[in-house]
Amino acid sequence: MNDHMDVLLQVENLAKHFPITKGVFRRQVGTVKAVDGISFEIKEQETLGLVGESGCGKSTAGRVILQLYPATSGSVVFKGVEMTHLSSEKLRLQRPKMQMIFQDPQDSLNPRMTVGDIIGEPMIEHEVYKGKERREKIEHLLKSVGLNPKYTNRYPHEFSGGQRQRIGIARALALNPDFIICDEPIAALDVSIQAQVVNLLEDLQEQLGLTYLFISHDLSMIRHIADRVAVMYLGVIVELASSPSLYGEPLHPYTQALLSAVPIHDPGLEQKRERIILKGDVPSPANPPSGCRFRTRCPIAGTQCAEQVPEWREKKQGHWVACHKA
Amino acid sequence: MASLTPESGMTENTVALESFEIQTEHRSLWGDVWRQFRKHKGALAGMFIFILITLCVFIGPYFYDVDPNAINFRERNLGPTWSHPLGTDNIGHDTMAQMLAGGRVSLAVGFLAMLISLLLGSLIGVLAGFIKSLDGPLMRLTDLFLALPILPVLLVIIMLFRDRLRSLYGPETGIFLLIVFVIGITSWMHTARIVRGDVLGIKEREFVTAAHSIGTRKSRIIFRHILPNILSPIMVSATLGIANAIITESALSFLGLGFPPDFPTWGRLLYDGATFIQITPSRVIWPGLFIALTVLSVNYIGDGLRDALDPRLRGR
Repeated sequence: MNDHMDVLLQVENLAKHFPITKGVFRRQVGTVKAVDGISFEIKEQETLGLVGESGCGKSTAGRVILQLYPATSGSVVFKGVEMTHLSSEKLRLQRPKMQMIFQDPQDSLNPRMTVGDIIGEPMIEHEVYKGKERREKIEHLLKSVGLNPKYTNRYPHEFSGGQRQRIGIARALALNPDFIICDEPIAALDVSIQAQVVNLLEDLQEQLGLTYLFISHDLSMIRHIADRVAVMYLGVIVELASSPSLYGEPLHPYTQALLSAVPIHDPGLEQKRERIILKGDVPSPANPPSGCRFRTRCPIAGTQCAEQVPEWREKKQGHWVACHKA
Repeated sequence: MASLTPESGMTENTVALESFEIQTEHRSLWGDVWRQFRKHKGALAGMFIFILITLCVFIGPYFYDVDPNAINFRERNLGPTWSHPLGTDNIGHDTMAQMLAGGRVSLAVGFLAMLISLLLGSLIGVLAGFIKSLDGPLMRLTDLFLALPILPVLLVIIMLFRDRLRSLYGPETGIFLLIVFVIGITSWMHTARIVRGDVLGIKEREFVTAAHSIGTRKSRIIFRHILPNILSPIMVSATLGIANAIITESALSFLGLGFPPDFPTWGRLLYDGATFIQITPSRVIWPGLFIALTVLSVNYIGDGLRDALDPRLRGR
């Protein structure tokens, strides 16, 4: 699939550790390894889905890629430019090409700005589109996300959740980006609105040739929208494959457990669905298990799993997995 | 949705395109604010009273041209008469003239001192909240100022600078500047603490991250996203600050550290009158009443402004 396409974003061993401090003197007593060495690449006009349970570092990964948090180590190469060591002004000038759609449409719009100001802010900051041209561009953007262009003078609180998410999408599109990170853009929406927003994102991808990193915990939605899927567990990627391959034949026991939890919309089959129930909780990212991080909850873990960190290997064409037993 | 005919086919992405009438003409922000402000009856009344007091105090002396410092021992401790509408004090000063002259000083001190403390408090609060490395030092500085025994410090400052300022700007302007400055720099701490707390909260909101991700500069993030969202506590601090400054000024004058004794301010009149409360209670009632009215009206104006500036409350 899309093999002829160029690589747009390359992430190599990216890590983000947050310090844990204690006491009056803020002594560092440990680190939360929110993202601990992830590598993948995204090709142009592709959608990469990033799934995992809450707290596994998906959102942090997205934010580190955008350099909203400084990376602890590793590299992010976007369109041939290494992003992790850019000065803040150079980084600012790179920002128009990579944008983000946020999870909470309530919280991601400044309640004191009008819709027009919110969508126009990136244009003002990067000094593109002035005066009448800017107004026209804002109206055009509102139209293209399915909102009435006359809404520019309204405030975010006058809109419903789905409409606000559209405003967020319009803001992300304002500078004609190539790459958009969708950080659980549908998690806070009703199911009926989720479909609208996802379809809108797909339409926009087709029209504008966008590339997405789609972060979600909704496996069915990822299956619908993503070309390739990466599964994250406790700060690392455990499996990465094309969507049909991953959903058809999951190799990692964690992926298998996740997929077995998805309900089937056929009562007959649903009756027979066998669930793999994982025991226990996700271990603390401040003190991850030795060897394979999943071994404490893995139904098939052996002695090797505790001793050796599983190698990241290509088990089949384009199907990568990190598991000793796979 | 009424005009959506069945044939028009409500596809998923056009659902949001509603066709009912929408306010289209551009309304200015301040027009909206004024419209909302007018709905707040208390704020309107407050503004009316405040403007009235200000007009009386600044324009009144042109119509009522009695010298506030004229002493007339024959007419002392009078009640209201035609020539002295608010009576006279124990050495025959005309209370009305003194109230007008005193109000001018008190209002000016209140406002300027409030502005200084507000600017200083907001600046320190925003810096401490926004820049992590400055948080510790600035907040300890704030604690230091809060822990200082204010009165001895004021004493020292005034002793040190009074004569120099007097010789530079003349006795009255010099003392005025000194008092405004001194009150300003000793009352910013609460504002700073409140502002810092709010900045810490707002800074973690997603719309600030969003602004960061589209490449908004830090200074613009502060002015466009953070300051407008912490307007309420700043407004409240401002309105309370005026009252505080007027009271502090009177306390200073009472201790002999403020304006000279023959220079009337509301606070000074109140304290001087307190001794004679049994002979001429009106000497306490009038300044007290005007201080209270000013503080109350400013409070209501602040309340109304805060509501009017919040788009979520507008139009209700």
